[in-house]
Amino acid sequence: MKFKFWGVRGSIPSPGPRTARYGGNTTCIEVRSDNGTLIILDGGTGIFALAQSLLRELPISANIFISHSHWDHIHGLPFFIPLFIPGNTVRLHGAIDPVTGSGVEQVMAVQLQYSYFPVREAEMKAAIEYRSLSIGQSLEVGDAKVTTTLLNHPVIDFGYRIECNGKSLFFTGDHEPYYNIYDPEDEDFAEYQTLIEEKQSSVDLAMRGVDALIVDTSYTREEYPAKKGWGHGYYDASIAMALRVGAKRLYCTHHEPTRGDDELEKVFADVMARHASLIGDLQVYLAHEGLELEL
Amino acid sequence: MGQISVELDKRLNSAVESMPAFPKSVQRILELTRDINCRPKDLVAVIEKDPVITIKVLKIVNSAYYGLPNKITSINQSAVFLGVNTLKNLALSFSTTGMLPKKNDAGFDIQHYLISSLVTANLVRSLGAQFAPGEIDPTDCYIAGLLHDFGKVVFAQCMSAEFNQALALSASDNLPLHKAEEAIIGADHTLVGAMLAKRWQFPDSLVDCIAGHHGPKYPTPLAECLLVGDLIAEGLGYDSKGNVSAGADEQTVPKRFGGDLDAVVAALGDLSKMIEEAKIFSQGEGS
Repeated sequence: MKFKFWGVRGSIPSPGPRTARYGGNTTCIEVRSDNGTLIILDGGTGIFALAQSLLRELPISANIFISHSHWDHIHGLPFFIPLFIPGNTVRLHGAIDPVTGSGVEQVMAVQLQYSYFPVREAEMKAAIEYRSLSIGQSLEVGDAKVTTTLLNHPVIDFGYRIECNGKSLFFTGDHEPYYNIYDPEDEDFAEYQTLIEEKQSSVDLAMRGVDALIVDTSYTREEYPAKKGWGHGYYDASIAMALRVGAKRLYCTHHEPTRGDDELEKVFADVMARHASLIGDLQVYLAHEGLELEL
Repeated sequence: MGQISVELDKRLNSAVESMPAFPKSVQRILELTRDINCRPKDLVAVIEKDPVITIKVLKIVNSAYYGLPNKITSINQSAVFLGVNTLKNLALSFSTTGMLPKKNDAGFDIQHYLISSLVTANLVRSLGAQFAPGEIDPTDCYIAGLLHDFGKVVFAQCMSAEFNQALALSASDNLPLHKAEEAIIGADHTLVGAMLAKRWQFPDSLVDCIAGHHGPKYPTPLAECLLVGDLIAEGLGYDSKGNVSAGADEQTVPKRFGGDLDAVVAALGDLSKMIEEAKIFSQGEGS
């Protein structure tokens, strides 16, 4: 199984000289199973460059899995060029929105309103299929298996575990570590702590032993307190998670849009220095556009 | 559990779908959610006092879509499971559909109902802790007390004319309300509440409690605590049934409580603060 980062930026595309090395496109990861089945994790703006690369191998069958419906994870979808070309098949997978009750088709329908995008879905020539997934559901995709896990973000966010012939990766989409909403002196503190520990254990189980753990690592630990509740992780928490679940490699992604390449590397170097004696065999990387790995 | 017609079943279910929440919680949720940094625990504290929002949240998290092996019975569990922001978003969406009017065509006192539900919820939780420690979860006790009479609000909202007649019959013939409901509507609030709770895949223990709170078929610790909590609330003037006893004369206080209701009340200590808080919460500014 192989995977490649096409977009590693969080929140909003951030092009320009400050982000040229790591890239300014929002989240998109291409995964290829051993038999070449195409799985795409999220449709941020990185999916546009991926789409260009796919034009060499038409017709294609693309299996897109959306972690959640926030713009930075879907706003490249209308520019996924294979949608416009007959003979292609595009299957879009994702969660149901519990507030509206709408399935994953909503992420396209919202964006393809005529005021915002000139092409209607009826004019797209690929075969488009929508598959709304349930929590903990596993499905076979070619020779790979994809399993969903509900994570912690302001909207329903699915983490995806992909397994193929004994190799595995887990992508969190956006995820904030669970925290207690009560103060220690509150009556409900202990009960809530038990609940989040149970939830944490079940999420850890879904990530257990993966070869590659790709995690929303937006903030530094110093930045995090001011952003608590916004639904994103931070370096120390991502490393702790990777160690807890026994991941072999950790890829930190969803970089802050305001963080330039030099600052990103400085932040990362500081974190790694602090964790030097703790990480053992765990390998930790900053994800960047174009980074391609074979498991 | 008894049966109701398919048509009534549809009417009741759609009534709950469109049912607005209580005025005070709607106001508080709208206030809290204007602040991007509102404290999640403040939001939970509001949601868990509103039977309508509580039901709608539990309905979603216990739905087949989430396929949970264990049923969720509390708002704290829902917050952990869905995430506090999704919970906030749900509460907000339920709050923007308006609020329950204080006056309805059925002549049913919504504010008194809410105080009664909150008082009963707190009483059942205290009873569980004192008289069935280790046997039942205090959270389950609270939710059973909060939701046990939910069928009455459903009647008031969707069958106001019939429910008004039932209230009148109960008063004129000195008949317990659930018997008057059965005579006029053909189903009482215990049956309807339980039927809806079952439809929404709430835990069986909760469904059974709602069904049997005027005389539990199966005397589980939870059902017994609810029965006694309901009787104490009624004695304190907080039972939303009207003026006629729901049937205290038909029921004996289960053994675990020692047989003497006054002694049980004394054992619970000072209830005035809890009652005062319930009153304050129920006093929304809705019309």
